[in-house]
Amino acid sequence: MRRRNGLSTVVRKELRRFFTDRRMVFTTVFLPAVMIFVIYSLIGSVMANINSVSPDYQAKAYVVGLPAELAPLAQAAGLRLQPVDAGQIDAIKAQIADKTSDLLVVFPDGFSAEVAAGLAAAGQPAAGQAADGLGTPQVEVYFNSTRTESTQQYGLMTGLLDSYKNSLAPLFTVNSAAGGGYDLASQEDTSGMVLSALVPLLVLIFLFTGTIGVTPESIAGEKERGTIATILVTPLARWQLALGKVVSLSCITLLSGLSSFVGVMLSLPRILGSASGSLNVAAYSLGDFALLLGVILSTVLVLVGLVALLSALARTVREASTYATPLMLVIMLIGVLGMFSQGASGSPAVYLIPVFNSIQSMIGIFSFTVSPLLVIQTIGVNIVVAGLCVLALTRMFGSERIIFSH
Amino acid sequence: MPALIEVQKITKAFRLSAKQKRIEHTQQTLRVAVDGLSFAVESGEIFGLLGPNGAGKTTTLRILSTLIKPDSGDALVDGKSIIREPEAVRARIGFLTSELKLEEFFTPDYLFDFFASLHRLDPGTASRRKAALFERFGIDEFSGTKVANLSSGMKQKASLAISIAHDPNIVIFDEPTNGLDVITAKTVTDYLEELCAAGKTVILSTHIFSLVEKLCHRVGIIIDGRLVASGGVAEVSDGLSLEDRFFELYVKHSAEAPR
Ligand SMILES: Nc1ncnc2c1ncn2[C@@H]1O[C@H](COP(=O)(O)OP(=O)(O)OP(=O)(O)O)[C@@H](O)[C@H]1O
Ligand SMILES: [Mg+2]
Repeated sequence: MRRRNGLSTVVRKELRRFFTDRRMVFTTVFLPAVMIFVIYSLIGSVMANINSVSPDYQAKAYVVGLPAELAPLAQAAGLRLQPVDAGQIDAIKAQIADKTSDLLVVFPDGFSAEVAAGLAAAGQPAAGQAADGLGTPQVEVYFNSTRTESTQQYGLMTGLLDSYKNSLAPLFTVNSAAGGGYDLASQEDTSGMVLSALVPLLVLIFLFTGTIGVTPESIAGEKERGTIATILVTPLARWQLALGKVVSLSCITLLSGLSSFVGVMLSLPRILGSASGSLNVAAYSLGDFALLLGVILSTVLVLVGLVALLSALARTVREASTYATPLMLVIMLIGVLGMFSQGASGSPAVYLIPVFNSIQSMIGIFSFTVSPLLVIQTIGVNIVVAGLCVLALTRMFGSERIIFSH
Repeated sequence: MPALIEVQKITKAFRLSAKQKRIEHTQQTLRVAVDGLSFAVESGEIFGLLGPNGAGKTTTLRILSTLIKPDSGDALVDGKSIIREPEAVRARIGFLTSELKLEEFFTPDYLFDFFASLHRLDPGTASRRKAALFERFGIDEFSGTKVANLSSGMKQKASLAISIAHDPNIVIFDEPTNGLDVITAKTVTDYLEELCAAGKTVILSTHIFSLVEKLCHRVGIIIDGRLVASGGVAEVSDGLSLEDRFFELYVKHSAEAPR
C-alpha cells in the first residue's frame, strides 16, 4: 500500500460505501434492470394480446347462402363458416354486437348467377345497369371492430372476396407479389426511428433516477449526520472533497444507468413486437457509440453536479429529495421536448443548453443525422457545467452556512 | 517565545434564519456569537474556555479549527494563520466534538485508515498508531464492528482515537465529556492529561466548573462572545470558588443576567 492523495482516498471511500452495501447495490444496480424488464414485458404482452388472436381460437363465423365455388377458398383462407338460414340473421347480428359471435356473411340469392351475368355484360359499355351499381349483387359482412377476433375474421373474409373478384376480372392488383418487400425504409432508418424516439428520454430518466438514488444520501446525508465536518477538519482540500464526491457518484450513477439500459434493450423486442425485427443496433458505427458514450458520461456529470448542489443546500436527505423534484420536472420537460422535436437541430446555440444538448445529440446519433462537432461541443459544454458545479460545491463546503445550517 | 495559539480579536456574527428567529422569539437578524475575542494558549498546557450556553465557545473552537471563517480578526496556530493557511492549521490540530460523527456504515478500523490517509500518514505509521490507540481505548476488540453497532461510549472513544490519528501537537476539544457516562468521561479526561504529559497542548471548552478545576492550567471565561477574565485557574478564581467567581462575572457582564 502506498500513500494516496486525498482525491483518490475520497473516491475509494465513496465507492466502498456503495459496493459493500448489498441493499444499495441491489436497489441501484440490479433492481432497475429487473424492474424495467418485468414492467416492459408486461406492457409488451398486454399489447400483443390486444393485437393478436390466439392460434387455437375457434371463431364463431356464420354464412348465409355461401356459393359453392367460394367454399374451398374459404377453407384455404382458414375461415370456418357455419351455414345458417336467413331467418337467423338478426339474432346473429345481435350476438356480434354483444361480442359473443365474430362474423356474419350474407350472400344474396342467386349471387353466382348474377355475377356471371355481370361478367358477360362487362364488355359492353351500354350495359347501364351494372355500371351504376344498381344491379350489382351486394355481399354483406357484419363484424365488430372493437373485438380483435372479429376484426381478424373480417379481414380474412374481405381479403377473400377481393381476391375472388380480382380473379374474375383482373383490372389491376396492388402489392400482390409473393415475397412482399414493398416497404423501402432501410434497416438503418427503422432502427433510427425507433431508437431516436424512445431511447434519449429513457436514458435521461434512468440517469436522473440513478442520480437521485445516490447523491442526496451521500451529500445531504453526510451533512445531516455530521460526518462531513469530520472530514473537513483534515488537511483535505475542499475541492478534492467536492470533485471526489462528484466523480464517485457519477460512476455509481452510470452503473445504475447501464442497468436500466440493459433492461430496456432486453425488453424492447417484446414491446415492439414484430418491429423488433427491424431494430438493428449493428447499424451504428464504433464512432457513433464513442460519441454516445461521451454524451452519456458528460450528462451524468452534469446531473450529479446539479443534484449535488441541491443536496448541499438541503439540511436533510428528505429536503434534498424535495429540492430535486422541480429539477426532475425541468429535466423531464426537456427530455420530452427532445422526443417530440423533429430530428436533431443543426443550430449550435441549442447545444449550449445542458441536458437539451444531450437529448439533441442522442437523437442525432440514433437517427444517423449526427454532426460530430456538435456532439463534441455538447460534451465540452457539459464538462464545463459539471466543473462549475464542482467549483460551487467547493465553495459551499467552505461555508459554515451550508455545513452548520441551523 | 510567542504563544502556540494566538487568538487576535476574532469576531463572528451569524445571520439568523427565519426558523431560528421564531424559536428564539427575536426580531434581530444578526447574532454576534463571538465579539472581538483575544486570548493565547501556551505550549504544553491545558486551556479551558468556560462559558454558559450560547456564549460562543463552539463558534470560537470552530474558527480555530478553520471550519468557520471569522468576520474579522485572525488566529495563529503554531504560527499558521487560520485564514491564509487553513490546510496547514488542520494538519497541526486534532479537532473533536460530540457533533462530529463517524460514518455509521464503516468500521473504526476502516475509518482510522481513511482519516490517516487524509492526514497523509504513511501506512506503516498509520497501522502502528492504530494498534496503540485502539488498545489504549479498549476498542481493538470492536475495531471490525460497524460504528452503527457500537455503544455511544465506544463511538466517542473511536472518534477520539481517529481524530488524533496523525498525532497532532494541538488537540481542540469541544465539550469533551458531553453526553458521556462517568466511566467513559474519566477515560477521556485521563487521556487529555496523558497528552499534556506527553508535551501536547490541549484547548477545551466546557460549562462544567469542576472539569476546569481538575484539568486546566489556565482558563478563559467567555460570556456573550466576550472574554471577561483569563489566567491561571487560581488567579481567575481570586480567592472564591471558580463557580462563585463565575457568577460574579456573569452578573457584571451578561446582558441577560438578573440585576
Ligand atoms: N451556524 C449558526 N447559525 C446561526 N446562529 C448560530 C450558528 N452557530 C451558532 N449560532 C448562535 O451563536 C451563539 C453562540 O453559539 P455557540 O454554539 O458558539 O455557543 P456555545 O458557547 O458553544 O454554547 P453551548 O454551551 O450551548 O454549546 C448562539 O446564540 C447560537 O445560537
Ligand atoms: Mg457549544
